[in-house]
Amino acid sequence: MPPAKPVARPLSPHVFIYRWPLAAILSILHRATGVGLAIGVLLLTWWVTAAAVGPSAFDQATGFIGSPIGLFFMMGFSLALFFHLCNGIRHLVWDAGRGFEKGTTATSNAIVIVAALTLTAVSWLLAWM
Amino acid sequence: MSNSSATNLRSPLGRARGLGSAKEGLHHWWAQRITAVAMVPLTLWFVYSVASLASGRMDFDLWLLSPINAAALVLFIVVGVHHGVIGLQVVLEDYVPTHLARTVSILLVKLIGYGLATVAVISTLIVTLGG
Ligand code: HEM
Repeated sequence: MPPAKPVARPLSPHVFIYRWPLAAILSILHRATGVGLAIGVLLLTWWVTAAAVGPSAFDQATGFIGSPIGLFFMMGFSLALFFHLCNGIRHLVWDAGRGFEKGTTATSNAIVIVAALTLTAVSWLLAWM
Repeated sequence: MSNSSATNLRSPLGRARGLGSAKEGLHHWWAQRITAVAMVPLTLWFVYSVASLASGRMDFDLWLLSPINAAALVLFIVVGVHHGVIGLQVVLEDYVPTHLARTVSILLVKLIGYGLATVAVISTLIVTLGG
């Protein structure tokens, strides 16, 4: 008898074929934004150090930040910072043993997303005003 | 082997200490949370400041001339980098498979992180005191 051909069946829930629940996406986003913000320390150090070095170095740094690529990065950093901040507060609430009742995750998901987007939008309004 | 008090004068608590799973891990866990709490007001202040500077309502040198702003910026840098470094350590512990690569990468993150923080703090002081 020839050996049975293996059939390519999906296995049990696996990251590549499994539709991630919103809470799982936000959870991995906390880690991703944490790593992204750590990279942002490079930009922060450049900015502050350029100010200490002198006017031309400072103009170079602020010139980069104000360029289209720089503003794109700032958009990303501000959104990452506020998402990480809001979700971080939720982590601290969880650490205190609260927010685990049935149904609260959906509510806190929504609060984190709306609060992060609102804080980001308000910051950019303040910057443009 | 018996642990009778005739041969071992250490108290039961003394013998149990250090044998659990929580060694430096508990301190690490607390440091991550305490720095996280401190980062909440610091971040709100920092983003508000950067927005004011970007809008032209505030000048960078004038901003750092205020000792309160200088102190807050130093805290934002130091607490933020410490929080980021111990956070990255957890990420590396989760994903880097071999002991050597894990140890080296964590060491590098600490070196770069605290190195950058030192440069940024000294720069802040230069602007504050030189202005
Ligand atoms: C804005 C205020 C911030 C708050 C409230 C906050 C809060 C937190 C909390 C509670 C955790 C632990 C999460 C867990 O248990 O898995 C965490 C992890 C982390 N944070 Fe922050 N954080 C803040 C800012 C930052 C900044 C500025 C950086 C980067 C320099 C950063 C980088 C990280 C990293 C890398 C982790 C580890 C992520 C992981 O283990 O998955 N955070 N943060």
